Amino acid sequence: MAYETVIGLEVHLQLKTKSKVFCGCSTAFGAPPNAQTCPVCLGFPGSLPVLNRQALMLAAKVAIALNCQIAKKIRFDRKNYFYPDLPKAFQISQFDQPLSQHGYLPVSIDGKEKRIKIRRVHLEEDTGKLFHQKDCSLIDFNRSGTPLLEIVSEPDINSPEDAYAYLTSIKSLLQYIDVSDCNMEEGSLRCDANISLRKPGAKELGVKAEIKNMNSFKAVKAALEYEQARQAGLLDSGKEIVQETRLYDAAKDVTESMRSKEEAHDYRYFPEPDLVPFDFEQALLKDIKSSIPELPGPRKKRFMADYHISDYDAAVMVGDKAMADYFEKCISIHKKPKEIANWLMGDVSAYMKEKNLTIDDLNLKWAHLTGMLKMIDDGIISGKIAKTLLIEMIQTGKAPAQLVKDKGLEQISDAGTIEKAVAEAIAENPGIVSDFKGGKQNAIMALMGKVMAKTKGKANPKKVNEALMKRLKGAV
Amino acid sequence: MAITKDTVKYVANLARIGLDDKELGDFTKQLDRILEYVHKIKKLDVSKLEPTSHVLEMKNVYREDRVKDSLPASEAMKNAPAKEGNLFKVKKIIGV
Amino acid sequence: MELNKLTAHELIGILNKGDILPIDICNTLIGAVRKKDQGINAVVHFDDKKPVERCKALGNDKSGALWGIPIFIKDNICVKDELTTCSSNILEGFRPPYNATVIDKLLCSGAVLMGKTNMDEFAFGSSTETSCYGATRNPWDPERIPGGSSGGSAACVAADEAIFALGSDTGGSIRQPASLCGVVGLKPTYGRVSRYGLIAFASSLDQIGPIAKDVEDAALLLKVIAGHDDMDSTSVDMPVPDYPALIKQDIKGLKIGVPKEYFIKGIDPEVKQAVRSAIDKIEKMGAVCEDMSLPHTEYAVAVYYLVATAEASSNLARFDGVQYGMRPGQVTSVIDMHKKTRQQGFGSEAKRRIILGTFALSSGYYDAYYSRALKVRTLIKRDFDEAFKKYDAILTPTSPTPAFKIGEKVEDPLTMYLSDIFTISANLAGIPCVSIPCGFTKAGLPVGLQILGKAFDEETVLKIAHHYEQATDWHKRRPLT
Repeated sequence: MAYETVIGLEVHLQLKTKSKVFCGCSTAFGAPPNAQTCPVCLGFPGSLPVLNRQALMLAAKVAIALNCQIAKKIRFDRKNYFYPDLPKAFQISQFDQPLSQHGYLPVSIDGKEKRIKIRRVHLEEDTGKLFHQKDCSLIDFNRSGTPLLEIVSEPDINSPEDAYAYLTSIKSLLQYIDVSDCNMEEGSLRCDANISLRKPGAKELGVKAEIKNMNSFKAVKAALEYEQARQAGLLDSGKEIVQETRLYDAAKDVTESMRSKEEAHDYRYFPEPDLVPFDFEQALLKDIKSSIPELPGPRKKRFMADYHISDYDAAVMVGDKAMADYFEKCISIHKKPKEIANWLMGDVSAYMKEKNLTIDDLNLKWAHLTGMLKMIDDGIISGKIAKTLLIEMIQTGKAPAQLVKDKGLEQISDAGTIEKAVAEAIAENPGIVSDFKGGKQNAIMALMGKVMAKTKGKANPKKVNEALMKRLKGAV
Repeated sequence: MAITKDTVKYVANLARIGLDDKELGDFTKQLDRILEYVHKIKKLDVSKLEPTSHVLEMKNVYREDRVKDSLPASEAMKNAPAKEGNLFKVKKIIGV
Repeated sequence: MELNKLTAHELIGILNKGDILPIDICNTLIGAVRKKDQGINAVVHFDDKKPVERCKALGNDKSGALWGIPIFIKDNICVKDELTTCSSNILEGFRPPYNATVIDKLLCSGAVLMGKTNMDEFAFGSSTETSCYGATRNPWDPERIPGGSSGGSAACVAADEAIFALGSDTGGSIRQPASLCGVVGLKPTYGRVSRYGLIAFASSLDQIGPIAKDVEDAALLLKVIAGHDDMDSTSVDMPVPDYPALIKQDIKGLKIGVPKEYFIKGIDPEVKQAVRSAIDKIEKMGAVCEDMSLPHTEYAVAVYYLVATAEASSNLARFDGVQYGMRPGQVTSVIDMHKKTRQQGFGSEAKRRIILGTFALSSGYYDAYYSRALKVRTLIKRDFDEAFKKYDAILTPTSPTPAFKIGEKVEDPLTMYLSDIFTISANLAGIPCVSIPCGFTKAGLPVGLQILGKAFDEETVLKIAHHYEQATDWHKRRPLT
């Protein structure tokens, strides 16, 4: 039987602040164990939290970018539970007055834009990190107190593919607004999923399972696919779904019940008495709003409209903000968007991929790239030479004109030189010439190759072609 | 009865406090008496009242995003009942 | 001259003249503690080498307000590398890696830290009987309790083992023991003194404050410890007045309210008599006293024991055997470790309060208990807001009875809780409040007068206290120890 799949995603995002959310310890990744801790983030008795303003500003930036309404009064609550990675045995979080609610994220699904609703976005503190050994567990509190944003979607996603698209879109958006490293391997972005099935048209949601322990977007998709099939199988055979937390095992590609013996959760939320409320004044919200750049969704639409590039090209260009910015800088002086996009998606991306670099890491000034494109247009270099020249520019950082001059890469358009090379080629290859005359039109390409070899690839192909035709036809 | 043994047991479990039978019995009786007393607040109409979780009308207290010195790890670990290197140590946790 | 019997402001005068050195005072106190404390049990962590070293290291720069003056600290205030245990087994051996802000301020002012004083475990109590180190005895009658929870601080000051001391007050823990020991105790306005480094009982109610032999010393100590701290979000950014100077200003014409709800039946007649006489005296000194009402007073104890225990249940959850404190040897799992640590580490009263507070916050009971209590707290606060539109201060007894016998209320938590009935409201409303000696019962037990003031108006309550004190000699009487 076919079921409707209902998925809600909870994204946890470490915000890119220098210091932790309630103390001055560094948030830098990779320090030795417990070297970035203090009485506050270790939960020592007597210590007190003080809010890092920047964490709240970044949180608000995300909320606004996700079209959420920001609460007038921000309050923090204590979420009480015992776990060895939670040093105070409560987490400072937000309960009934979260930072923001009721937003949406536009996601492109099958070429159509769908708005996935965001239920809430709230700020909390991260926990420490557990390392499970054979006979014990060890705890490092360096991560404890890192600002963590929880972004909860409505159960608005209908397939594992859509979940994947949602995650890709949200990651792109978060990178646009520069609030997080969004690195799933380092744990700066984490995702849990709720999934349930119901009969098509049913109003009530089915019993859901919460899936944890996915460490990539692909894993989220795979876990949801497994879970979707598992639940469908149970329902088909008339069995009931148990509401539970399941862990994804990437090696086996299955989800497994946590079978936690822990008592039912009763977090006993109450207002955190050690912090005072924060009021967002209109002026501050305006400042945050104005710090948000054009987001990927609108930008893609604009690229298609203004630059007349395809949906696919526009999606690739806006997917990475740095790439999109680079693209637009190029267009500002070289008004051939399609040509620029082709180079960026082609040779430039190939090089980046090979060397595992981002466009910002790449030693390629956008003025150099456009300079090179102009030289092609002006007939100074050939497109073929340009491919070599691009690599030279990246490796040396030198301007294209300089390299062309130094290496003598200019295209040869001088009629005399071309005439001479053409005459030689014809004289040296009577066989090819007779093929041509015998009606083999393609034989002209072989003669082209001979001329190019004589000019080290620099002859202007159009002019060579003209000269060859003239000679060969004239000789008929 | 304002509170039963079962509730005390449930709550003690939430608070992760082990209780022996005598404690459970004594606490149930004592808490029952205290709650009977506390029930006097039920007489009042509180429907139009805002809760006072804080007496001060303070708001927007924050710090700027600047890194301060952390404790040396050895200081952080100094009071640990069990450790391995500079990591705190507990019994193995099952699950994640 | 017995230096231990002097006040800080007297000692400062003598030190400034150069007649004595800090080490002389320190040695006198060490002697007094050795001689007297066995019978009182006010001091729980005392290593006499430390204050002696500190005196030697002080040098000659006398610019600090408390240069060379020794002070005792309640055992719930963190002192770097020194035992700080809240008189609880669960914090056995705990030496914090940092100083409370008040400790840094004291050290900056040149004070000499003498040691840690006994208290009810985690400040849960009104008698200092719930300490893991045993009860502190009242210097006026060793069969009786000194009050609590800062009983150790009050008793060591009363017994002249100390010049003055720091206590903490969540529902009367400075004022009630001060009253029962015949000394001065001040709870500042919530937010006046940084709580950073005070091991929290109830975060929205706790304040650190002085316990001293006279009002001038309390003012002096308050001036040193008060002020904004960027480590405590609830510490208020306001200038600190010059309390020792301000308390000398006239009190003529001040309007003072006397709430009828504090003279109910159940109050000890001798206490009532002493407080009434004190009010008459203050009236004769030029203040205008008037009967008035704080109508929601009767709900204060109920509200307090829900709000304070709810916050405490969360604040004390961190004592779970992982990062510090005790952990039982044999445990089978992490949950077992949590349960056994807390079962063995906490005493009965701590467990009782944590369970009560957990209950008040738990799902299904939150609205009926915790949330409702916070709303009634609004009514109690409003009573004071209204009263202070009309009055500059309010006078009441500090405690309904003088010191009771050790063991008398220990088995009966509710009766014990009701002994805080007059002190709790000030914490719920966050206002400043001082207790000063105002007489003795026939049996020779001290009685305290409580003076409540507007938020951040410590100077007015201290001023009234100082003028009354100067016109009487209750504060000069000392127990025979």
